Amino acid sequence: MEWETVIGLEVHVQLATQSKIFSGSSTRFGAEANTQASVIDLAMPGTLPSPNAEAFRYAVMFGLAINATIAKRSVFERKNYFYPDLPKGYQTTQLEAPIVGSGAVDIALDNGETKRIRIHHAHLEEDAGKSLHEDFHGMSGIDLNRAGTPLIEVVTEPDMRNAPEAVACAKKLHAIVTSLGICDGNMSQGSMRFDVNISVRLKGEEKLGTRTETKNLNSFRFMERCIEQEVQRQIEVLEDGGTIQQETRLYDGDTHTARSMRSKEEANDYRYFPCPDLLPVVIDDEYIAQIRQALPELPDQRQQRFIADYKLSNYDADILSANADIAHFFEATAKACGDAKLSANWLMGEVSARLNAEEKSIAEAPLSPEQLAGLIRRISDATVSNKIAKKVFDAMWQGEGDADSIIEAKGLKQVSDTGAIEQLVEDVIANNAKQVENYRNADEAKRPKMLGFFVGQIMKASKGQANPQQVNKILLQKLK
Amino acid sequence: MEPSEIEKLADLARLEITADTVNETAKSINEVLALVDQLKSADTDNVQPMSHPLDVTQVLRPDQVTESCQREKLLESAPATERGLFLVPKVIE
Repeated sequence: MEWETVIGLEVHVQLATQSKIFSGSSTRFGAEANTQASVIDLAMPGTLPSPNAEAFRYAVMFGLAINATIAKRSVFERKNYFYPDLPKGYQTTQLEAPIVGSGAVDIALDNGETKRIRIHHAHLEEDAGKSLHEDFHGMSGIDLNRAGTPLIEVVTEPDMRNAPEAVACAKKLHAIVTSLGICDGNMSQGSMRFDVNISVRLKGEEKLGTRTETKNLNSFRFMERCIEQEVQRQIEVLEDGGTIQQETRLYDGDTHTARSMRSKEEANDYRYFPCPDLLPVVIDDEYIAQIRQALPELPDQRQQRFIADYKLSNYDADILSANADIAHFFEATAKACGDAKLSANWLMGEVSARLNAEEKSIAEAPLSPEQLAGLIRRISDATVSNKIAKKVFDAMWQGEGDADSIIEAKGLKQVSDTGAIEQLVEDVIANNAKQVENYRNADEAKRPKMLGFFVGQIMKASKGQANPQQVNKILLQKLK
Repeated sequence: MEPSEIEKLADLARLEITADTVNETAKSINEVLALVDQLKSADTDNVQPMSHPLDVTQVLRPDQVTESCQREKLLESAPATERGLFLVPKVIE
């Protein structure tokens, strides 16, 4: 039997406003518990919500970025349920008249094709607080600092057919909101959280299978693993003659397993109704046009520009344009050193490997674009070889200064002096008479491979500082 | 509405309705629902649902932090607190 996977995403995006969506409390992350929770956030009697204009502007920016229809009249509703981190007993959200209507994003597939993922809608709502389940004498602790933080929830159509497509869509949404500057994109702090709806059906079947929802994934890697596991689980259940229960599952990033949180048998009945505390929000064409005009460059536009301006490959341009901070770092480096290709290689190679290993974002990198450009200039003008450049890079990463001062201080300058290299080559030839004889007697075809031995010895003797091109050239002459 | 539906509704709304008042409550609610049924007979096909009785629109507030920390005062009204947190009966997901 051949199965087809169907995936839809619900993405919670925390908006990077200063204050909350309905109160003047700060939204700063990491504050001491309950120091940013006001009487409005706590839903004290007699308080009224007052909506944040910036949250609307951000939502409209997102809508325009995905070519969505923008609702000129949007309405807040109450979604009623009880949970201790939801102090009002309802979440203020949008249902019938969300601010952002249907739109789409394009994702790049592995085979180089582009696939369009439709966005059903995106609505504004408030975040809940946090429940801390560690032991408080058998009780739970509640921190309401996050309660009322503005969110847009982006709901896609079930247009994705495998885990890589879902991850590509998630990454594209991340790229869009960070490029717009409406979200800091910090997933480990929960600034973007993904719920994944997954079902499987027999290939060719039109009807969707019963789906499960896995909530609160906050890393692309977990998302991919979680989808693969859940698809496998569903297929096994169905092939064993079972049926899929519609349920909500919670993914545990520590154990990499998902478990059932609640089944829909006790189906949630949220009893939505328009919030009587809030009036309809009406915006006009002029407001939308002003926002459209001020939209920053979007990832797709940036990718095209990188290809045109810097002659980058599709692949390089895609990676470097996805994150606004990385894109800026790349452009600043390329402009400062004049070599876009080397800038791209170093950013996608050494820099990103180091950031990954240290779990840092590009903003936290210990070196500046100017410093990286300084190193690239010394590679371009052959002051250092690629191998030595990595040593210099290490030192720069440790904060030891600029490329030039490190090269100077450590005596890492590449030896391009022909006389000095000739001496090295002659020494190695003299000390390895046997290998030289073998080389001279060998087939033409086998020689290039044998040459590596001599190059290795010479580079070793020069402590890696001899110019490799010159070593090759001189060595070939001397071995003739 | 049947008494069983009343019980479910009470559960969702966190209201306690005892067994001896379920029937009475169902009767009262059904009287209100009869009125709703009358309203339902009106033709509303071309009417936009009203979300607010007043014909006014929402004024938005500039994005500024205007609240200061009131934690100590706000924690005072809670029955149990610890290390700046409100404590509630353990919630297990």
